Amino acid sequence: MDSQERILLKVEGLKKYFPVRRGFFQRTAAHIKAVDGVDFAIAEGKSVGLVGESGCGKSTVARVILKLLEPDAGRIVYKGRDITPLSPKEMKPLRKEMQIVFQDPFSSLNPRMTVGQSIEEGLRILGLSKNRRQGRRDELLEMVGLSAMTADRYPHEFSGGQRQRVGVARALSVESSLIICDEPISALDVSIQAQIINLLKDLQDRLDLSYLFISHDLNVVGYLSDTVAVMYLGHVVEYARADTLFEDPRHPYTRVLLSAVPSVEADLTSKIKTLKGEVPSPMDPPPGCKFQGRCPLVEPRCKQGEIDFSRVGEDHLVRCWKAT
Amino acid sequence: MTNGPLILEAPLAPKQTRLEELWRLFKQNRLAIIGLFIFVLFFITAILGAVLTSGRDPLFDPALIRLQEKLLPPLSRPHVDALPPQEVPTFGRYLFGTDDLGRDVFSRMLQGAWVSLTVGFVAVGISVMVGIFMGGIAGYFGEHHLRWNHILGVTLLLAATVMGAMGNVWTSLGLLMAGGLCLSLFRLVKPYRKLRFTTAWLFKNAVSVDTLIMRMVDIMLCFPSFFLILTVVALLPASMYNIMIVIGLTSWMGTTRFVRAEFLSLREQDFVTAARALGIGNFRIIFRHMMPNAIAPVLVSSTIGIATAILTEAGLSFLGFGVPPPHATWGNILSGGKGFIFDAPWLTFIPGIAILIVVLCFNLFGEGLRDAMNPKLRER
Repeated sequence: MDSQERILLKVEGLKKYFPVRRGFFQRTAAHIKAVDGVDFAIAEGKSVGLVGESGCGKSTVARVILKLLEPDAGRIVYKGRDITPLSPKEMKPLRKEMQIVFQDPFSSLNPRMTVGQSIEEGLRILGLSKNRRQGRRDELLEMVGLSAMTADRYPHEFSGGQRQRVGVARALSVESSLIICDEPISALDVSIQAQIINLLKDLQDRLDLSYLFISHDLNVVGYLSDTVAVMYLGHVVEYARADTLFEDPRHPYTRVLLSAVPSVEADLTSKIKTLKGEVPSPMDPPPGCKFQGRCPLVEPRCKQGEIDFSRVGEDHLVRCWKAT
Repeated sequence: MTNGPLILEAPLAPKQTRLEELWRLFKQNRLAIIGLFIFVLFFITAILGAVLTSGRDPLFDPALIRLQEKLLPPLSRPHVDALPPQEVPTFGRYLFGTDDLGRDVFSRMLQGAWVSLTVGFVAVGISVMVGIFMGGIAGYFGEHHLRWNHILGVTLLLAATVMGAMGNVWTSLGLLMAGGLCLSLFRLVKPYRKLRFTTAWLFKNAVSVDTLIMRMVDIMLCFPSFFLILTVVALLPASMYNIMIVIGLTSWMGTTRFVRAEFLSLREQDFVTAARALGIGNFRIIFRHMMPNAIAPVLVSSTIGIATAILTEAGLSFLGFGVPPPHATWGNILSGGKGFIFDAPWLTFIPGIAILIVVLCFNLFGEGLRDAMNPKLRER
């Protein structure tokens, strides 16, 4: 990260454990370590991509940053202010600035509200009068590529892509500067995915937004993000600028992920590396490197002790012995 | 990529509101339409009945006793020469006959319809309101824990209410203060470390809100509700309003379970998360965002609940615990007629059949509504 860039959001050592309750007295028998050490920083007007397979804790990170879930450890610093200990009341003014776009366009809009009403809920928070709300609502709809005439229609009358646009408009309705996109395109058709990506990119240029872009699609993340964090089983294993990551991936997991990315220039000689085994349960991850069970380069020392980040280049951190 | 107001994808589907869609599906169910028709008819009859049978000089007088005209069969003509002109029934006939005191059964049925209607609606209204409130709290705030000082405080406040009701003003005020103190204790002792230590046991989590409410529901469901109502009604002075309140307060459990279940599933939906991320208050999320999505099945079950309440009221009146005598209800007409079942069967059959039809129609209407709202049940 260049030092002259102003950091908007910084996440340090974020952890979120969900208790597993068992038995008659609902004793806490174990913890699911959904997020177990996530660090990254987003500069103003930039995007960070968060990549990883299903169940690795990406969406939990999103919800913890928005303080919809309370983190168990770590710090979330927004505009230089630690927001981790803030109460829901103190958090309220900050909610205007951090918004989220969801994966599933079908459950992200209230079926009993017109899309106009859904957008106006955000404008109401800003305390605008009814007339100004309606004006702003129409502006927002047109900003995301929908006609202002659609404001009094219900979500079930829209297609998935259109609903996703409404979701973006709702996220923009407050004074957002950070938008967390929680897999915003993975529920859409390929042709529509491109439209939404372009919309997001375009809005970023116009409104100087910062994105935390969560996805399992490396191509999309590479296209949209300046920096990419690769997650595996609750923590970040590699953190680098997008171009560096694609040219010179260091962590064995990132390499496997990249080799699995479908590409137009099919190189028939290079075989896709497939991983053996399953992701370990987040209830009891293995000691040492969490990737040890599936890593092609595993050594005895990988199984002892937590592995810290090692710096392998400018802005390039990897959690692996073998990377340096 | 253009940014103008373009609709880039398929054109929007033709506009059809949910209500139109519901009506289209509802119309296909003939039994439900009959149910709706009779429901409307009953509604109009009951309101007209209340207007026509009340006042100083009503068109149909349900309380007028003409002993010489007793136990006349339906459609019989009055003995006009034996009656003073103001006592001759409207239409010049006893449409549903007369009872053992010579009162016009038609007028009494009209008056009873109003009782049935109000008891049904008010009792169900009370039970739905309590149910939505309790279910909403259990579903939305269920994970929150109550501390011992909350429980102690609420107990003291309840005791204060009881004392107040018994007229013991000073004890009541004292208990009120103690209860309030208990509830705000945490904030009061916060600055003092030692006090905080000695009172720590009071701030342990006792039960979760969800457990408390759902166990209350389970306990209420354990009582055979009709006998519970009988007991309560026997203790309270007999009046129509007490009956409504008692029926309402003993039938909220189903709605509570319903609303809680709906809220538990709605709470996990992304649009509720979005509302929370926007910083919308809990109150607005519950009533503006979640309730409209949870209310449809509740309304369906409450239509059937109205039928149950009408039946319960009729049962209570039949046993003599219902609305007190000069006022006619379908239940007490039935009860009065049972002694003459062989001499004057219309006294039993007319209110009986009326109850049957109304209850059946509410059930048919409610079930039709449920089928129309639930797409999974449609294709049967």
